[in-house]
Amino acid sequence: MHRIEVIIKEEFNDARGKSIERDVKEDLGIDVRGVRVVDVYSTNAGFSGEELQRIAQGPLTDKIVQECLVDDAFSADGIILEIGYKPGVTDNVGATAREAVEDLLGRKLSKEEKFFTSKKLLISGALERKNIEKIANYLSNSLIERWRVGEALDLPVARLTGGNVNEISLDVPDEELTRISNERLLALNLQEMKAIKAYFSRPEVADERKKIRLANPTDAELESIAQTWSEHCKHKIFNAKIDYEGKTIDSLLKTRIFAATNEIRKKLGEKDFCVSVFTDNAGVIKFDEDNYIVFKVETHNSPSAAEPYGGSITGIVGVNRDPMGTGLGAKLIANTNVLCFGPPETPEENVPKGVLHPKRIFKGVRKGIEHGGNKSGIPTINGTVVFDDCYTARPLVYCGTLGIMPKEINGKPSEEKRINPGDYRIPGDYGDYIVMVGGRIGKDGIHGATQSSISHTDNVSSQHVQIGAPIVQKKMQDMLLVARDLGLYTAITDNGAGGLSSSVGEIAQLSNGFSMNLMHAPLKYEGLDPWEILVSEAQERMTVAVPKDKIDAFMKLSERHGVESTVLGRFNDSGKFHVAYGERTVTYIDMDFLHDGVPQMELEAEWTRPIFKEPELPAADDYTGTLMKILADLNICSKEWVVRQYDHEVQGNTIIKPLTGGCNDGPSDAAVIKPVPMSKKGLAVSNGINPRYMQIDAYRGTACSIDEAIRQIISVGGSLDKIALLDNFCWPSPIQDEKKNPDGKFKLAQLVRAAEACHNYSLSFMTPFISGKDSMSSDKTVEGKKYSIIPTILISAIGIMDDYRKAITMDVKRPDDLVYVVGKTKKELGGSVYFKINNAVGNSVPKVDAMKAKAIYDALPRAVEKELVASCHDCSDGGLAVALAESAFAGGHGMSIDLSRVPTNTARDDYILFSESQSRFVVTINPKNKEEFEKLMQGTDFACIGEVTYLDDFVIRGLNGNNVIESDICKLKEAWQSTLKW
Amino acid sequence: MVKALVLTGYGINCDYETKLAFELAGAEAKRVHINDIIAGEEKISDYNIIAFPGGFSYGDDLGSGRVLANKIKNARVNGEGLEKHIRKFIDDGNLIIGICNGFQALVKLGLLPAIGNKYFEQQASLIFNDSGKFEDRWVDLKVYENCIWTKEIEYISLPVRHGEGKFVASEDIIKKLFDKNLVACQYAGLLNEPTMEYPNNPNGSYEAIAAICDETGRIFGLMPHPEAFLFRENHPQWAFDKDSRNREGEKRTEEGDGLQIFRNAVDCFK
Repeated sequence: MHRIEVIIKEEFNDARGKSIERDVKEDLGIDVRGVRVVDVYSTNAGFSGEELQRIAQGPLTDKIVQECLVDDAFSADGIILEIGYKPGVTDNVGATAREAVEDLLGRKLSKEEKFFTSKKLLISGALERKNIEKIANYLSNSLIERWRVGEALDLPVARLTGGNVNEISLDVPDEELTRISNERLLALNLQEMKAIKAYFSRPEVADERKKIRLANPTDAELESIAQTWSEHCKHKIFNAKIDYEGKTIDSLLKTRIFAATNEIRKKLGEKDFCVSVFTDNAGVIKFDEDNYIVFKVETHNSPSAAEPYGGSITGIVGVNRDPMGTGLGAKLIANTNVLCFGPPETPEENVPKGVLHPKRIFKGVRKGIEHGGNKSGIPTINGTVVFDDCYTARPLVYCGTLGIMPKEINGKPSEEKRINPGDYRIPGDYGDYIVMVGGRIGKDGIHGATQSSISHTDNVSSQHVQIGAPIVQKKMQDMLLVARDLGLYTAITDNGAGGLSSSVGEIAQLSNGFSMNLMHAPLKYEGLDPWEILVSEAQERMTVAVPKDKIDAFMKLSERHGVESTVLGRFNDSGKFHVAYGERTVTYIDMDFLHDGVPQMELEAEWTRPIFKEPELPAADDYTGTLMKILADLNICSKEWVVRQYDHEVQGNTIIKPLTGGCNDGPSDAAVIKPVPMSKKGLAVSNGINPRYMQIDAYRGTACSIDEAIRQIISVGGSLDKIALLDNFCWPSPIQDEKKNPDGKFKLAQLVRAAEACHNYSLSFMTPFISGKDSMSSDKTVEGKKYSIIPTILISAIGIMDDYRKAITMDVKRPDDLVYVVGKTKKELGGSVYFKINNAVGNSVPKVDAMKAKAIYDALPRAVEKELVASCHDCSDGGLAVALAESAFAGGHGMSIDLSRVPTNTARDDYILFSESQSRFVVTINPKNKEEFEKLMQGTDFACIGEVTYLDDFVIRGLNGNNVIESDICKLKEAWQSTLKW
Repeated sequence: MVKALVLTGYGINCDYETKLAFELAGAEAKRVHINDIIAGEEKISDYNIIAFPGGFSYGDDLGSGRVLANKIKNARVNGEGLEKHIRKFIDDGNLIIGICNGFQALVKLGLLPAIGNKYFEQQASLIFNDSGKFEDRWVDLKVYENCIWTKEIEYISLPVRHGEGKFVASEDIIKKLFDKNLVACQYAGLLNEPTMEYPNNPNGSYEAIAAICDETGRIFGLMPHPEAFLFRENHPQWAFDKDSRNREGEKRTEEGDGLQIFRNAVDCFK
């Protein structure tokens, strides 16, 4: 073994060391004086002394600013702490070092010759052992990393024995079936286990199996079925038969979500802009004459809770593969993300044992999103962060990706995949090749799909944790786009949940069967069992179907791009899911059983309206302090610290960026991009989420999220004509269990109500759902105590704009402009931030009046189209006062507002200021446009409530004529910015 | 027709918009994978301009731009070092630009600043921002007309999007950069004066250096992204600008300021 250590020279700033020093001080309260970072590269390869010097002085060291040591160590007065990966964990930098060394030496290293990286910290001064451990545990994650003080880490070489196949008899009593499912983390219930047992005991199945010397089901078979039947893949709860209020709902997905979309498409007739909905990896809509837009949002919650950085980076690069694997594959053009965490200031003692602190999760997840997006060259254009105690034990990480693909590729519709199955009965006539492209397979991510379908217990398997390698994926996407346009493959899908078992299993439905051999699969290290290879969720892999006459060209292109591609087998029409490992058959299952054999669940739902305590808040004379407090609230405050570290404009198409206004720091509503560089067509992207409403009423809460997502698109100048929606449900388990989940029926009723709101409001607004996702086990049990999230729905929306140059931003533009409020303010404070800062929830959750909202969403875009609107801001969390303040300080001007002019049915200043009634906007216009604007807005609730002022004063007069808010925009902005200024 | 080669592969990610920039400037541009050059299928001698676009080549592992530079340094094309081909390309009077990660690669490859004609000898570096963070923000640049690429520009506003953009070099090299007039852009404050103040100087670059050129004025590298400002609407204040022009009845401009840099390059072959 050799070690090369690299350090930045004393005369240059060690910014990484300084960051660690700052974080340790701020987050742990430990005063460290000076941290220097040493990059350590270790290798098991046998290089000559001369070669080692060349390697060290060459790619590993920047001689201008760094110095290095070969087989020697930098030391310091103080503490030396080294942190490195555990065996088997993806080491991206190590892999790059290896590649650089190959380039340098001009020869390939053998498979066994590897590079590993670790970080050595030279920490000045004396520290107590206790504090060193604290620092080490803060800077590393024991699931994937190890650390040592004072001495070097040894090589993290994985030593495994593999290749084992086990058969498991299901001819056992029911309890035993349940035990098998639990022990293997299959997440299959008894009914499902019995269906599998019944399948394998069918005489014709047993006969066929006997011929290939298989008796009992193998571990690979059970694992494949479990993956395919997982809640994650099959949406069993959403497809269940649900008994609700005396009626039976046969699949919420079909009768609520799909039904609404189908009806809208029918009503739209020729104007229908949906292309492919709910069938492929992502939803597809028409963008212009020549192009489609592809959109998908996913969650990556449990991995992010266990390893925040690795979890979120794989969340984002994972969802990237959905548009990449939709139709014949889309080019990725934008990312969005919505993150839900516990409050960062949560006291340590309130964090359940074994759960990472919310601040640490927040920082790690943010960094993962940064690297996932930035390194892939995809702009992160929109998103938000939601804080609530309920997310401390179960954070949510929603990641979304947009892609674009031409309507036709080589004269064929791009949304269609095709596979030539050949005729397997004719010897030698095999179908298209099954080719796996991209990363290698390791133990990482095993059981992701099933794990995400069961509630968390104390022992999360470390195999579940994945680390992303965005560059491996970026190379793969570059190569696949070239291959797509050359017509080198005819079908593509991603390897996500369930790994090869799901990707090949699903796509082989097009041919009705396949045969592959796992012996060919490229592994990160030796020693995996066949079932592990089959279900591993190791990242950055796609599966494609390559025609016989294209295979050589495909493989050559792949090699040219530095991308690994491997032929694993052939598609056929045998009707079988056939996997071998060398000579041995490890799965032989009927495709139709695998895909259609899962029994439908039967569940009960029962709704009782929860009653929260209604706060008694006396009316006050002045609300300046209240507004300051609301602006500083975690859910309202500036997220610039988060957003600034995302690249939001790579590709050069971002028109409305997440931060806007005179100083580029105001909060934009939706983002706008122009996906086709030389076209004037734009695309607005937004997200609506509000768990505080959901806890009161999931129906109204869901309606609010839909309204919020649509409202933001209207706010930047979009129109209601072409808006498509995505749903994303994160729910605590809604399956009743008298002991473990006594209120399961209620949670299911919340789900029913949320789905009904999706149905009703998407129909009212004529905005179809095109794709969606659900995560139905957002609970965590620690030491016998169960923690569950509030049912949370994220609605993501995309809207097509005819001319992005007509888009508008939320910042006020000029003094003397008139300030309007559009939409009616009602006494709707249930779940509001105003109630929250008064430690209450309340009950009067906002209700979306779809007809009135629609009138506004029809009228306002007409005013925008005529360029009558100078600024427009969506009025949401925190209410009117917050929207006014944000518009004012983002534009750098004051405001003078009169509450008595606000259209409302309430007579209290605080209610008008802070009610969160939906479908409202704050609009400013040039006074010259007053008449025309008001004419266009006829028939809606709107009023001119004041004007933009030259000076910084921000003044709101109350109903009795006295000022109820008196401040200036600098102070308001500071309150808004100070909370998350890290 | 002026031909521009836009390098792709291994995590380069601003290749599409860089290609578009050259096209809008009147060149014929092609995205070319680095391995196609090494395999001899694409010859750099067929082009007038090579662009090293922004991105994250090799994920910035081992330091930004280093591994790409290492690859180019050690690559052989038809049995001959790629370095030689590049050297000839330069000597023939052609142009090279490196943007962000491309700039980092050019500096680490030693194509910039190459003081004393010492191509392929690294003389400076770009290291982690003083803030310790990757940031996306628009900055103002004071521009000097000392190279082909910066002609007729005194001032420009462009986005930076990097975590390792702090330009550093020895005192001697820094002095020579100024003596030989090789500093092409500096991060500037409100009065277009070079500044060391964060965030106007977003990374703590020595002498606020944002861009440099070689002594021929034909090789140019910068941290900010001119290809990200090809359209008026790329600028974060375009909506304010549009509103003002509407009020004053002025015509709107469509073009972004970044385009001039590419036009300068293409025009010099005309």
